[in-house]
Amino acid sequence: MLSLTCPCCGITAEETEFAPGGEAHLKRFGPGSSDEAFEGYLFARKNPKGVHFERWRHAYGCGKWFLAARCTATLEVFGTYPAQTTQPPAELIAKIKAKRPEWEGWA
Amino acid sequence: MSTRLAKGGRLIDRAKPLNFTFNGKPMRGFAGDTLASALLGAGQVMVGRSFKYHRPRGIVASGAEEPNALVGLGRNARFEPDQRTTTTELFEGAETRSQNHWPSLDFDIGEINDRLYKFFPAGFYYKTFMAPRAAWKHLFEPIIRKSAGLGGVPKEADPDRYEQAYAHCDVLVAGGGVAGLAAALREGRAGKRVWLVEQSAHWGGRTPVDDGQIDGVEAEDWIAAALEELESLANVTMRTRFMAAGLYDHGYVIGYESVADATPGDGRPRHRLWRIRAGLTITATGAIERPLAFAGNDVPGVMLASAVRDYIVNWAVSPGDRTVIVTNNDDAYRTALALLDAGLTVPTIVDAREETHGALPQEVKARGVRVLEGRGIARVLGRSRVTGVEICAQAGEGGAVETIACDCVAMSGGWSPVVHLWSHCGGKLIWDEPRAMFRPDPSRPPTGADGAAMATVAGAANGDLTLAETMAGFGIGACSHDEAALAPVWMMPAGATDALRYKAFLDFQNDVKVSDVQLAAREGYTSVEHTKRYTTLGMATDQGKLSNINGLAVLSDALGQPIPATGTTTFRPPYTPISLGAITGEARGDLFQPLRRTPIQSWHEAQGAHWEPVGHWRRPYCYPRKGESHSDAVGREITNTRKNVGMLDASTLGKIVVKGPDAGRFLDMLYTNMMSTLPVGKCRYGLMCNENGFLMDDGVVARLSEDMWLCHTTSGGADRIHGWMEDWLQCEWWDWKVYVANLTEQFAQIAVVGPKARALLERLGGMDVSKEALPFMHWAEGKLGDFDARIFRISFSGELSYEIAVPASQGLALWETLMAEGEALGVMPYGTEALHVMRAEKGFIMIGDETDGTVIPQDLGLSWAISKKKADFLGKRAQERSHMTDPNRWKLVGLETLDGSVIPDGSHAPAEGYNANGQRNTQGRVTSTYYSPTIGKGIALGLVLNGPDRMGEVIEFTGEGETQIKARIVETCFYDKEGEKQDV
Repeated sequence: MLSLTCPCCGITAEETEFAPGGEAHLKRFGPGSSDEAFEGYLFARKNPKGVHFERWRHAYGCGKWFLAARCTATLEVFGTYPAQTTQPPAELIAKIKAKRPEWEGWA
Repeated sequence: MSTRLAKGGRLIDRAKPLNFTFNGKPMRGFAGDTLASALLGAGQVMVGRSFKYHRPRGIVASGAEEPNALVGLGRNARFEPDQRTTTTELFEGAETRSQNHWPSLDFDIGEINDRLYKFFPAGFYYKTFMAPRAAWKHLFEPIIRKSAGLGGVPKEADPDRYEQAYAHCDVLVAGGGVAGLAAALREGRAGKRVWLVEQSAHWGGRTPVDDGQIDGVEAEDWIAAALEELESLANVTMRTRFMAAGLYDHGYVIGYESVADATPGDGRPRHRLWRIRAGLTITATGAIERPLAFAGNDVPGVMLASAVRDYIVNWAVSPGDRTVIVTNNDDAYRTALALLDAGLTVPTIVDAREETHGALPQEVKARGVRVLEGRGIARVLGRSRVTGVEICAQAGEGGAVETIACDCVAMSGGWSPVVHLWSHCGGKLIWDEPRAMFRPDPSRPPTGADGAAMATVAGAANGDLTLAETMAGFGIGACSHDEAALAPVWMMPAGATDALRYKAFLDFQNDVKVSDVQLAAREGYTSVEHTKRYTTLGMATDQGKLSNINGLAVLSDALGQPIPATGTTTFRPPYTPISLGAITGEARGDLFQPLRRTPIQSWHEAQGAHWEPVGHWRRPYCYPRKGESHSDAVGREITNTRKNVGMLDASTLGKIVVKGPDAGRFLDMLYTNMMSTLPVGKCRYGLMCNENGFLMDDGVVARLSEDMWLCHTTSGGADRIHGWMEDWLQCEWWDWKVYVANLTEQFAQIAVVGPKARALLERLGGMDVSKEALPFMHWAEGKLGDFDARIFRISFSGELSYEIAVPASQGLALWETLMAEGEALGVMPYGTEALHVMRAEKGFIMIGDETDGTVIPQDLGLSWAISKKKADFLGKRAQERSHMTDPNRWKLVGLETLDGSVIPDGSHAPAEGYNANGQRNTQGRVTSTYYSPTIGKGIALGLVLNGPDRMGEVIEFTGEGETQIKARIVETCFYDKEGEKQDV
């Protein structure tokens, strides 16, 4: 069972206090978008063995959504940050790069 | 004959005798005994029969690794099978029963299996029960089921209490031997919050049984001093009878504490399950001695060498008068010393090594014990008790050179570190060639949330098998006998014949022999994980604590590869079985899950309502009167509601307030239709879809003010939809000025439904509820009688209907007032089933019935509720996908059975032909089906291929069994198609 730190209320809590929400930083495609773009938005999800950005909600706490950078293989949590952003914070990316030089980076 | 020695026994209290029974026979032990030591002390060597061959079996070990000596313990509701006698503490009045035999332990019909061993090779089931197919159900499975399973199942509910607890610490030390004590001292002195846990009832591990000095004093004195200091440290918590059962992600440890096992019924919880978050876990879990594989190594009286000396030193129990020791290492010679010190006879030590020069062998030889070098045991003599051993050359094929009479055999194949905790969450192992063992690889530990090691390992668990090595890890001096290298011997003799290998057991509990593993290798099982499953090696309740390493050594040998190339099977928690009661904790009975109650619940209970679970709510399904069936009650409630007036507790309905300058814009994105244009004071039915376009919730939206809307959701959907709204507001449109609040439980809501509904409300006085003042699909706020009410003119039944929301605190009073005032009008409460039937009679959809996550609103004839003006809403783009716009979709229609019967739930309409999987094609299915007391026959809603284009057509649905039910496709609305009744 993971433990995560909610960046909104600052509490480090058990995984059972959170609800997972899948991949972070999806760009929404709506009416007028091409079939390919919409398919990508709706169905194509990254499934890396390694660094991954994902959504969590502090469902049984402050109720806020936040984002986490986590290694899917070792479960190392590199950091969590508020959901109101379209990309991970630069310092978090730098931190991951330092820890995982082979990481191809965020895209 | 095993017996209690007159002197000694460091763990027993001879002043406190305890009575217990074994198969009804009275026996006596002492406080401090385990069941195993008490049984041996009472002369009971054979304690059970094996699982597959029903061979007589005795106690092998003295700890958690015991494979054989499992008994049924207790009686009636407190009976529990498969209790390990070696770890179960003796208590006064304990009732124990041996397992896996019929009619008795000494005479067992199933023993025939042992004579037929050649017909039960590895993979016996896979090979035998293949054909004929029909025989499986009627012949094979009943026989297998009858013979499967170890021990009996208690027939009554568990009367005991279990609880769960949480703990947080900087360091968890698992294991209370000298390594664990030293680790706890180091961390405790450094000021860390330390938990030190030990699975047995005693501190110190096995060092006091073996020899040695620590820090210049006898080990036992060092242990006593360490305990004294640890107890004085406020930051150190110490628990015995507490197993660290598993290490999980991010330093999560499950602890299993035995609280009242030895005092059944004393009111305390029997077990406690601990959820511990440890910054660092130090695994000081020791090592387990390995058996040797030789013919008859399972005969009662053959034991681990370490266990033999444990029984002598700890419990003053002699496992036998004449003990032959068989070994491939020096450590087993300690057992000879213990036996000699107790005045027992050691006829011979059989050592597989060609030479023995170590300090321990020298000391033993000096005391006059005969040591045979380069020898092995060809076979053990005796069936239900060892009577002797045949000695052979270890290098040979098993030709006996000598027979030695004995009643106990102490075997030692070396030691394996207990690496379970280390391995549970990803810690890796390396093969230590000189010591022939897997031990933790410090460069590949399990890692935690920060990516750093979350476990380290100390003592024998680290492969530091001598006392000096263990204590050196803590910078503490220690000494014991030097030990010479072991010889990696796994089987005796090296060239054992087929006949010998058929009786040389690797896994005692699952009856897996050397021959089975070799057969698996010959049949192509090269992966250790496959071999495990094929032979069942290591799959018993002991999880192969004694058998795994030996088994994979034999497999490696058969495959002609080194042991590390074969690898180990996966170590999975828990370390030893834990009770289901502890996992359940207090979550049973009334506490199984939280129950949500409406403010009117107590009234429903007093009425004797029949309940239906809806999410975490329980709602009245109907209110049966005396002598009335449920279906009669439902029919009465419907008829009365349509004729007079009925009342429904609709408090469970989701009520979410959406407020803010951007609230209208937000709701336009969430609902398929336009909510921003809804005038204040009016209500509008709305649909919500997910981004796949599928319908996920529906309900009536009321605009409360210029910037505030109230969204009604389904009863089960309120929390989900509230979360859905929060998701979009926080993660996508975070700059929109909208606030949402789930007020579901803040309001009670009562539906007053039927032609006399207005008359009933008017009896309360106050608000004007006339058609002019409060028309259909409007709402109004005010005083209804004494109540602060918000009244919605909405109808889910097709009748004149008012839904009255009041603060939750006023709900019960309003309900009771309406009931009293309505008596003259014939008011009756109605339940969820009447609600369902009435909405189906009107053709109204129900989320979860008409929808299943693959249905779009267009399938349900709800295109009218999908805005064509809006540029965007959730699900809009998805509904433009080719599959969604396919004209050949299953669409909602009404169904009327020709014979008036009711189509069964879930019924499909078969079509011509078969699909690619050979299944019958279908052209539709029923989504809701009821007997309608209003129409007087079976009605249904269903999704049918091109349904709306096929009005009047008769199609067949599957009925009960092979029958077919003919039904005519009709419009979805069966009752008051013009909607006149609700709009009066």
